[in-house]
Amino acid sequence: MDWMTLSPEEWTAVRLSLKVAFVATLVSLPFAIAIAAALARGRFWGQSLLNGFVLLPLILPPVVTGYVLLILFGRQGPMGSFLADHLGIVFSFRWTGAALASGVMGFPLMVRAIRLSIEAVDTRLEEAAGTLGASRAWVFLTITLPLIVPGIIAGMILCFAKAMGEFGATITFVSNIPGETQTLPSAIYTFTQVPGGDAGALRLTFVSVVIAMLALLASELMARSANRRLDVE
Amino acid sequence: MTLVIDIKHRLGSFLLDARFETGSGLVTLFGRSGSGKTSIINTIAGLIRPDKGRVTINGTVLVDTARGIFLPRHRRRIGYVFQEGRLFPHLTVRQNLLYGRWFAQPAARDDLDRVVDLLGIGSMLERRPGRLSGGEKQRVAIGRALLANPRLLLMDEPLASLDEARKAEILPYIERLRDQIRVPIVYVSHSIVEVTRLASTLVLLSEGKVAAVGPTTEIMHRLDLFPLTGRAEAGAIVEATVERHDERFALTELRSRAGLWRLPRLDAPVGARLRLRVRARDVMLAKSAPTDLSALNVLPGTVADIGAREGPIVEVRLDCSGEALIARLTRYSVERLGLVAGAPVFALIKSVALDRRSLSGPMRVGSSADAEANDT
Repeated sequence: MDWMTLSPEEWTAVRLSLKVAFVATLVSLPFAIAIAAALARGRFWGQSLLNGFVLLPLILPPVVTGYVLLILFGRQGPMGSFLADHLGIVFSFRWTGAALASGVMGFPLMVRAIRLSIEAVDTRLEEAAGTLGASRAWVFLTITLPLIVPGIIAGMILCFAKAMGEFGATITFVSNIPGETQTLPSAIYTFTQVPGGDAGALRLTFVSVVIAMLALLASELMARSANRRLDVE
Repeated sequence: MTLVIDIKHRLGSFLLDARFETGSGLVTLFGRSGSGKTSIINTIAGLIRPDKGRVTINGTVLVDTARGIFLPRHRRRIGYVFQEGRLFPHLTVRQNLLYGRWFAQPAARDDLDRVVDLLGIGSMLERRPGRLSGGEKQRVAIGRALLANPRLLLMDEPLASLDEARKAEILPYIERLRDQIRVPIVYVSHSIVEVTRLASTLVLLSEGKVAAVGPTTEIMHRLDLFPLTGRAEAGAIVEATVERHDERFALTELRSRAGLWRLPRLDAPVGARLRLRVRARDVMLAKSAPTDLSALNVLPGTVADIGAREGPIVEVRLDCSGEALIARLTRYSVERLGLVAGAPVFALIKSVALDRRSLSGPMRVGSSADAEANDT
């Protein structure tokens, strides 16, 4: 079983990938809920434009998304220099940049899952809550949000899985620096480029499969308990 | 309470143009489906923003398009019991009941125990709505609306989705609500049985317009409104008091201005006041007092009004010492007996035609639950 033991460098890549994917998913979540709610329930000018903009990373080549991020959020980019100067957040060639890239790539999947579940919520329940004295914000927090928990879980798992597997945009934006931006896919890619790297590539592939299976299992369990709570007839 | 409605609203090809004013008690909006009943209460609740008009309650303006006022629904304090209950599936019955309390004025909170008791829902507080029967759901929905401390309670055909037995289960609770709680109620219905039992005031709607407003008995007795109130089920509403019970033959005697009524034994105490609905098709007329007759109710009176003499059927309204009765006869019989306004006649009603479903009043809850499937 010696060939199954991960080297310290490989462990670093696994840990980094998990960290990047968790941060990407959790930070995207509030934005995804807000945008999904606006798309599902709002009526405003530019709604389809916003929808298209959110879906864009799904359709564009990942390298293009990564390059756009580099232009906008690089050290010299308009957003990047602003965030670095005012909030001290630096993306370029840092793990935070990897999280940003994978978050942007997973965002459309998360928004879509949450939006569909909001659209499935019976608006008549929201009306009823309104007649009982709840303002729109309270209706959303006490009625809509609890009812879409299964959709939120599904969206988070999709985003997490996408973030774990993100390669093109990440490597374009923040390169492939071991210990800083080298996530699982980048590490596997690196192994395949060097002679004798097959064993390492295989080990990391195995780890990827296990993480993906665990994520799916977790989502299944959480969705089941959420559904039980809703007492679906 | 004074509720003033004056609205114009277009929904596709349907034009709602309603104007009326009502006082306290239970007001029923009555009319066929598509007559605009639900649109009107949705406007009161703030679910519809009317194109034009005003809605005020006790002087508080809810809507006034001329002044650009539209109070959002969550600030109106209008309780709404929907046809389908609309309980929140992710909350328990108790949490559903207390939902409105988060937003109500702390001082004005109605007592949970009292409402739970009134509606008989104490045993289901920890259950989720998905496991309740239709009748239980509606009772919880009524409680939920009451506990939000509304200034007005709207009920949109709360019994329409229930079967006869469930209807009979809920009606007494609504009667208790009307008689014990000070909240005025606007009740939407197209069932003449419910209207007779519940309503003190009736707003009759037809094709988006108000055809008549007034005391329920008065509107129901107008022969010219029968096409709208429903001719087949038309009848008179008689206010009566329980005089005595005849245990030997299991009969109950009721006293009304028209005279003495005998009907199958009722589970109501002597002295109780009841409303008796006497369907026009159950009333026969005779020019002289008949003898050797099985029908037990023979009431003298005079012809007050005769309806339109078209087709085979004619309605005749009688005045029996100040109490109105309506008889549904063939035009042939009306001509044969030579009935004219002022003519003295006797109304004959079989006791067995007066079933329990035609009654309302302080009967013991449960006595009317054994619903008799005796509809039309």
